[in-house]
Amino acid sequence: MSVLYIVVPMALVIVAIALAGYLWAVRSGQMDDLETPGLRVIRDDE
Amino acid sequence: MATMLSADSVRRSAAVECTHCGLPALAGDADDGPVFCCSACATAYALINAHGLGAYHSFAERRGAAVQPSGRGFDDFDHDAFQQRYVTIDADGQAHVELALEGVHCASCVWLIERVPLLVTGVARAELDVRQNRASVCWDPSAAALSEIARTLDALGYTPHPYRGGERAALRRRDDRTMLIRIGVAGAIATNAMLAALAIYAGELNTMDASSLTLFRWISLGLTIPTLLWPGRVFFTSAWAALRARTVHMDVPIALALAAATTRGAINTITGSGPIYFDGVCVLVFLLLIGRFLQARGQRAATDATEQLFALTPATARLVASDGTTRDVPADAVTVGATIAVHAGETIPVDGDVIAGESRINRAILTGESEDVRVAVGDRAYAGTLNRSAMLRIRVTASGEDSRLARILAQVDEGARRRAPVVLLADRLASRLVLVVLSLAAVTFVLWLRRDATAAWDNTIALLISTCPCALALATPLAMSTAVGRAARAGIYVKGGDALESLSRPGWLVLDKTGTLTMGETTLLAWHGDDTLRPMILALEATSTHPIAAGFRRAWDGVPVAAATNVTHTIGGGIDGIVNGQRIVLGSPRFIASQLPHAADSVPATGEAYTPVVIAVDGAIVARAAFGDAVRPDAAASLATLRARGWKTILLSGDAAAVSQRIGASLGFAPDEIVAEASPEEKAARVAALVHQAGGGKTPPCVAMVGDGVNDAAAIAAATVGIGVHGGAEASLATADIALTREGLHALVALDDGARRSMAVIRRNIVWAFAYNAVGVGLAMTGHITPLVAAILMPVSSLTVVLASWLGKTFTPEPR
Repeated sequence: MSVLYIVVPMALVIVAIALAGYLWAVRSGQMDDLETPGLRVIRDDE
Repeated sequence: MATMLSADSVRRSAAVECTHCGLPALAGDADDGPVFCCSACATAYALINAHGLGAYHSFAERRGAAVQPSGRGFDDFDHDAFQQRYVTIDADGQAHVELALEGVHCASCVWLIERVPLLVTGVARAELDVRQNRASVCWDPSAAALSEIARTLDALGYTPHPYRGGERAALRRRDDRTMLIRIGVAGAIATNAMLAALAIYAGELNTMDASSLTLFRWISLGLTIPTLLWPGRVFFTSAWAALRARTVHMDVPIALALAAATTRGAINTITGSGPIYFDGVCVLVFLLLIGRFLQARGQRAATDATEQLFALTPATARLVASDGTTRDVPADAVTVGATIAVHAGETIPVDGDVIAGESRINRAILTGESEDVRVAVGDRAYAGTLNRSAMLRIRVTASGEDSRLARILAQVDEGARRRAPVVLLADRLASRLVLVVLSLAAVTFVLWLRRDATAAWDNTIALLISTCPCALALATPLAMSTAVGRAARAGIYVKGGDALESLSRPGWLVLDKTGTLTMGETTLLAWHGDDTLRPMILALEATSTHPIAAGFRRAWDGVPVAAATNVTHTIGGGIDGIVNGQRIVLGSPRFIASQLPHAADSVPATGEAYTPVVIAVDGAIVARAAFGDAVRPDAAASLATLRARGWKTILLSGDAAAVSQRIGASLGFAPDEIVAEASPEEKAARVAALVHQAGGGKTPPCVAMVGDGVNDAAAIAAATVGIGVHGGAEASLATADIALTREGLHALVALDDGARRSMAVIRRNIVWAFAYNAVGVGLAMTGHITPLVAAILMPVSSLTVVLASWLGKTFTPEPR
């Protein structure tokens, strides 16, 4: 079962990376307005 | 007489849609070319097409409303005082401004507004935030003037105002981001803590070796401590603040449960035996933060109110010096007794008396009356009203904060600030819950202590954990935000969930008349005359923009139109012309009497409650029509329904007593329920008196004010729940807790239904939450809580509440 001592920390590191990505998205304002960009893309068909 | 019309002079005004906005329009001469309902739509259409944005008109979803430009010149937007306050210039020399826009509706608005750079050269970027109705515009000040950008937006129907809440918005954005980060961290930790817990439970069943079990227990502990110290800290600080203020709210039992569970879990991890509650703790923090976030968002929208209102007067005034020269000065700095000039199309910046000029003024902002009023020397002009037709010179009697508009707005602000916060049902219950939980915990501890000290501790902590009001804390915000979302789809915009809770306690329903109970537009109410006259009247009125002309057209939609020649308009009187060789005169009784002196005696007397129109053909009076503001067709039935549900209705109108009495009586208002000739200030005072009469306490009956104009804004702000109706001034919609975008009063019934159903969902959620808590208490007191039971009970109770909120029938979409 010693493999757990490698796999579990690895899983936690992956989670930390994902979380860092999320924090970056929030801090750079991507979650500020969730409505307009959705509407914007529909009409961007020129 | 219809047979006398030659075939080629007949034009069908069949149901044609305005090419720009899709509303019914008058048919044009050609069958193919574009047709418009009004000149504003024609202007907007031409503007859009001239710049290659014709694709706009192929969108299925467009604004279903006629373009309503303010017609302002926006020259004050270029003034230094304005630029200093609202415009920032960045290092590259680009100017930035935030504009609050009226009339933003849908996806095609985003498309159109963000293409303003194509319409005005020099504009680098325009970005719209559709939820906040706010555009941030970036342009090159040497290539384009802000007034030009503003005029373009106005012509498209998005009247811009400078946005004044910049600082607060930035603060709010920071709060939102902090909360989202907390939720993200808590969520990541919660999912991993659950995975660890799964391993532990599965391992216990499959005889995992002890060292792996210990590993997972320590990992769980390692995950829980950061979630408590960072995202979960808010519950401890909030509970501590409550205790120091000697009050109790939901956060106290939550903090207690989190602390008890973590402490016990940590001790059991170190000793290596007994349950750890870490998975439960992590999930609790995650779910509770979501509930907290939803609640904060729901309540905050309601306080957004008054910012827009302050942009209603121009920032500058054109001061006239004694030698006749003019210069622009900040509007606030104009002194009493000074003379200012106001051009046509400009908003009057101060209160004052007209000393030169004659014009029409639109006072809708103050009185709610949509028709222009004629002003001449000696008349009073008010700040915020719009000068329509000619230049006026005005001697200032009040400026800045002393103007009538500013005083009304101050009242609005005060009303909004003084409004007592609604004590939500869940919070009232939570404060009692704490006492019950604490006494039950004490009883459990004492009873078990006689038998077994360890079991006493274990069972008491298990009780504290299982009574954590997680489901309760989620019940209200979730049900509210679901209901608010559904309501929006049904055309009812609810800014604060607490408004729905207030509305479920019927009290007084105060209604404005013009535009709320009535259509707010001139409508043909009575017609005495031969039907064959209709094509001839329409022929004369076809060239007129007067409200009466529009009233005839609306009433006789589909009637053939004859051709008229020699048409002359007499402003303030009527219209005359030749149709089929006959001279037709149409207008007010006074106008007819002056035009046809010999027939003066037969001109009917003027009634007070209606606007009469007299029609004469070849010098003989042949027909009469009465115009007035028509009552909305669904008003009587809707009011009857609401009265039957326990609402006491009151008609509060700024209009004349005769009109108010007539309309009030026809809608079943008792004489003492009709208040006429009320100024905006009186309206607010009346509503405030009712709120006072309703009393304080935790569940006072609701005083709801329904209105549509800025003249109702103060009353709307003073009410427990303010409701702005369809087509109302954006300013009054801004102060209202609830804005109806559905036509007619039936929306009020739908709102009442929805509020009741939402409260039913909330109550059901709370019952569920309590049921789970009761089961948990029972199991804990008898010593039957096992880690597995606790692990299942907590998420399941939260899940039930989530599902119940989502499935609950609150608002139903508008039937089409």
